[in-house]
Amino acid sequence: MDFSFTEDEERFRQEVQSFITKEKKADMPSCIYPETKGEVEYYCEMKRKVGARGWHSLAWPKEYGGQDSVVKQFIVSEGFYFNEIPGPDIISDNMVAPTLIQFGTEEQKREFLPAIASGETTWCQGFSEPEAGSDLFALRTQAVEEDDCYIINGQKVWTSQARVADWMFLLARTEQDLALRHRGVSAFVLDMIAEGVTVRPLRNAAGASFGEVFFDNVVVPKTNLVGEKNQGAKASLAMLGYERSGIHRIRMAQACLSRLVEYAKNTTHNGAALMNDQVVRHRLADIFVEGEACQLLAYRVLHLQTKGGEIDYFASMSRLAGTLFQQHVGEASIEILGQYAQLEPGSRWTPMQGIIERHYLMSLPATVGAGTAEIQRNTIAERGLGLPRSQ
Amino acid sequence: MELEFSEQQQMLRKMARDFLATECLKKLVREMEDDAMGHPGELWRKMAELGWHGLVFPEEYGGGGGTFLDLAVLLEEMGRALLPGPFYSTIVLGGLAVLDSGNEEQKREFLPRICRGDLVMTSALSQDEIKTTHFGINASVASDGRGYIINGTKLFISYAHVCDWIVCPAKIKGDEARLKGDIILSLIDQKNPGVSCDLLATIAHDKQCNLVLRDVKVPKEYVIQSSQNGLERTLQKSTVAKCVEMAGQALQVLEMSVDYAKTRMQFGRPIGSFQAIQHHCANMAVDVEAARLLAYRAAWLISEGIPCTKEVSSAKIWLNEACRRVMSLGHQIHGAIGFTWDHDMQLYSRRIVAARLSFGDSDFHREKVALFLVS
Repeated sequence: MDFSFTEDEERFRQEVQSFITKEKKADMPSCIYPETKGEVEYYCEMKRKVGARGWHSLAWPKEYGGQDSVVKQFIVSEGFYFNEIPGPDIISDNMVAPTLIQFGTEEQKREFLPAIASGETTWCQGFSEPEAGSDLFALRTQAVEEDDCYIINGQKVWTSQARVADWMFLLARTEQDLALRHRGVSAFVLDMIAEGVTVRPLRNAAGASFGEVFFDNVVVPKTNLVGEKNQGAKASLAMLGYERSGIHRIRMAQACLSRLVEYAKNTTHNGAALMNDQVVRHRLADIFVEGEACQLLAYRVLHLQTKGGEIDYFASMSRLAGTLFQQHVGEASIEILGQYAQLEPGSRWTPMQGIIERHYLMSLPATVGAGTAEIQRNTIAERGLGLPRSQ
Repeated sequence: MELEFSEQQQMLRKMARDFLATECLKKLVREMEDDAMGHPGELWRKMAELGWHGLVFPEEYGGGGGTFLDLAVLLEEMGRALLPGPFYSTIVLGGLAVLDSGNEEQKREFLPRICRGDLVMTSALSQDEIKTTHFGINASVASDGRGYIINGTKLFISYAHVCDWIVCPAKIKGDEARLKGDIILSLIDQKNPGVSCDLLATIAHDKQCNLVLRDVKVPKEYVIQSSQNGLERTLQKSTVAKCVEMAGQALQVLEMSVDYAKTRMQFGRPIGSFQAIQHHCANMAVDVEAARLLAYRAAWLISEGIPCTKEVSSAKIWLNEACRRVMSLGHQIHGAIGFTWDHDMQLYSRRIVAARLSFGDSDFHREKVALFLVS
């Protein structure tokens, strides 16, 4: 047993940290969710800089420009998200790329991976539909075979990065009988600027946007089928496993906790620092410990990935605990900041430039995306603990 | 990073699990709850023969030269099996205190006997100063200057009624405190006429005692020149050892509950096919997984000699809180049968209460973590 990172990995962590220190902009204290024009430009610039260093592709095999090190990819996530600085693109780097490496054809890998590695392309995940949320394989978007193409018709919704994506990893129905469920679903790579693709921004509760994507007779060449026809479920489950792994959410919440600790140390209430209040102090200690637990659950998944083992229900454990942690940090912030917590950026009274309010709002859907907390619990119970299937 | 146990540790775990499955039946656990001594002699001897008593001590003192992490693996299995008797108090509370802080003569006198299983020890060490200072033990320099005279009362001392020697911390009064620091550790012969001890009736029937010391003379040879660091290290080991024991208990409660959910039929189907029960089990599984990771990370840090104050306190807080949740859900899944005296579930819940309160309850460790956050 050894909970430490190797010397080489620790050296790399320092390299990442000094890059972050150099690139961090004081006027953009938190830029994890870019919205304004300036923020988006900064995000794109950082993504390319990270690409120039080869840090989008550290986990990939050497033959595709990677370093075969999931640990180093993890270290990049840890550093960037704890410092709330943009650069990595979790969807493209950590979800789409490994799925393509696992299921894609050689041509697809040669075509798509280099641009992900350099940080030039952005991907989105076309899974959820109005009638297919937790019940993913009830999806209805059609892919009908015609000569050397598939013709796509239908709709995706709640699609993160849809507005800025160049490509979509799409799940669509190649057998139109809905009763076939996962046996009638295939995975595709879809060009977001193809004729017939319409993206509509969808404003979320944090005032930011994800998107709705409509397909009207979109032509996708057969060469863009990922894996075999009607075998898309496998690729989609693998991608969900990658989505549920990782440490970015946990590090982001830990960054928020650090801000709360600083606030509690430096804010005076009734003549004493807030930290002197036992309720505040103990609450912060509790979420610190919860963060430690989540970090170790993420390490557990990472460790399985380094061994090439099955990660499925361990990823669900990490995801479940991590998203609850995110929400607990959000709740604690509201109570520790009191009425100031509701202030949006812009007012001179707003603490921490409104970052806390943004974190709070973004924690609300954490237990919904990538499979709801209930779906994660089902997975842990049935696949992990071997309980009989629920009906 | 390597989160798996070594092959040797896996063998040790398997051996311990198999041995305890046949030698430490719940029948024995129950008998020992009611027994006035609570010390199963035959089992004690067999464990010593297996080398368990000496596992963590260096070979030069007759031990097996194992690491603290090795001991943790063994303790987790003992927690799972609810091993009765003074193993933890002898090895962790007594033996490790001597190993960490004792001088060469003291180690030579005590450790080989511990390794052979010839000695039962405990300590009157308590980390919970907030709640125990008023029971503090005072030491004053003996009139002949060749030792100390110790007076005081301590509560919740494990197996003091059956032990041979007690490691006892005491506060020095008078001038010498300024010269040598204000705490000494002394080794006290339980048969010393000044020592008296009665068993407390506790929730877990786990043989905690009320220890009274009246003018107990401790000669210099039995005073441990403990530094604050040595004392802190022993407290950390005791806390982490308690954490792994608790992790074993929680894991067993999870497995019992999952097994029960698979077989208990209601409404014509196993209750484990209801999402309400599945989600209870999933929540327990996450708690237990994180509990084991936190406990073993702390054990690994101790083994490696890396400072780990915040990791130890984090582990104890999580174990306290996770065990509380796991225990409640375990009861919920088991329904009325789990609250029945003849069922094993309640054996675990009563012990988890005792464990949560020992070596620092959650509030005690929250203060320690908060101190780290402020620094």
